[in-house]
Amino acid sequence: MPENVRTLYSEKVMEHFRNPRNVGDMEKPDGIGHVGNPVCGDIMELYIKVKDNTIVDAKFKTFGCGAAIATSSMVTEMVKGKTIAEALEISNRAVAEALGGLPPIKMHCSVLAEEALKSAIDDYYAKRK
Amino acid sequence: MKPIYLDYAATTPTHPEVVKAMLPYFTEVFGNPSSIYSYGLEAKEALEQARAKVANLIGARDEEIVFTSGGTEADNSALKGVALANESKGNHIITSSIEHHAVSETCKFLEKRGFQVTYLPVDEYGLVNPEDVKKAITVKTILISIMYGNNEVGTIEPIAEIGQIAKEAKVYFHTDAVQTVGHIPIAVDELGVNLLSMSAHKLYGPKGVGALYVRKGTRLVPFLHGGDQEKKRRATTENVPGIVGFGAAAEMAQREMGQEAQRLTHLRDRLIKGILERIEDVRLNGHPKRRLPNNVNISFNFVEGESILLNLDLEGICVSTGSACTSASLEPSAVLLAMGLSHELAHGSLRMTLGKWTTEEEINQVLEVLPRVIAKLRAMSPLMKK
Repeated sequence: MPENVRTLYSEKVMEHFRNPRNVGDMEKPDGIGHVGNPVCGDIMELYIKVKDNTIVDAKFKTFGCGAAIATSSMVTEMVKGKTIAEALEISNRAVAEALGGLPPIKMHCSVLAEEALKSAIDDYYAKRK
Repeated sequence: MKPIYLDYAATTPTHPEVVKAMLPYFTEVFGNPSSIYSYGLEAKEALEQARAKVANLIGARDEEIVFTSGGTEADNSALKGVALANESKGNHIITSSIEHHAVSETCKFLEKRGFQVTYLPVDEYGLVNPEDVKKAITVKTILISIMYGNNEVGTIEPIAEIGQIAKEAKVYFHTDAVQTVGHIPIAVDELGVNLLSMSAHKLYGPKGVGALYVRKGTRLVPFLHGGDQEKKRRATTENVPGIVGFGAAAEMAQREMGQEAQRLTHLRDRLIKGILERIEDVRLNGHPKRRLPNNVNISFNFVEGESILLNLDLEGICVSTGSACTSASLEPSAVLLAMGLSHELAHGSLRMTLGKWTTEEEINQVLEVLPRVIAKLRAMSPLMKK
């Protein structure tokens, strides 16, 4: 980031916003999470690959603000290598904290990230049945 | 490198010439204009000179200008002032669905106090139909308030036509001309308005000062009660340096407006054309021709405005968006929704407003950076069809 540029967000948020991790589609995902809607201006799609009850890969696509993109990026980083049970324990606060905090008005984006993850895990279970 | 500033509709830098004109009034000529010794008289003289310059800019008489703390106060005072002074005549107000919050929120407040407000629709370009105004008038109508140039999409409303209708119906007519004054020529008599709001910091004057034009004979209650300042219409010791700055800015605008509007219109159209040519799935918001010389507002399909804004900021370009991801309601621009845009397109809108220091090179820079930013965001958008 250029020096002396002030932003609404923490350095960590801006870093993930500039270089989001795990962006894109996934071939044959084991679970797909889809949350948000155009009315509120945030839509997240999160894809997971599961092996032996462990999330081995995660990817996302997001339509939304800086915080929405950064939280999507962070949550996909956080779940990789975690068991399903561990992943289910990732809270929106944990995502926000990992990003060095979010402005209060943007906390709903971290909620969306948590929901996207849970929705992907739900989908994984539904597909296994 | 200094960032490229493309948000002149939000605020303009105070012109160095204006600052220079203001400076003596903080220190040497510090007197209270109500005092009758030399310090006071000198300040009073400066105040009246500034009033003449502002009046001149809109073709008004000096005594019809009441200085305020800004555009918001001018709007509030016009609406509440007319409403309270004319309650015995009626309780109906007509406005549009694309007004600045300073008007729309004041209308909502008045509704809670028993006034009835009609919010007229606009077409896809953001234009109010004068016929709709005519049809909405009842025996109870006491005020029509329609903005002149829209702050978000730049559409210029048919004010003179509405003014004619208001005149025939003998209803007071207010226009919020905050984005228009100093940018395109204005003559209050041609417009047929009784009240017109202005703000200094939108035309290279200082923040914290504006004015309401009040046509002679218009009945409204004082904005502030107290002393005799502003012919008892607005008490409080006058903001002399600010008002002097407003006067200097008005004088400068009058001198440079014609040429500057032409220059900006050229740059504006180049920017619009450049974006439409370089990027697919975009939509120009607002009227293609009836538009403020400095306003560009475009929606980009499949991407959200704040993320475009942040990316441009990282590239040293400052713009604004109609996506209100920072507002508690999460609702995007009411103006864009009133024009019939989907939520998705309203969230994907970007406003770029040009000004005195905008150059051709800056426009070229935006046209180089923007397609890259949009492509990057679209690549990560779940709305983008493969």
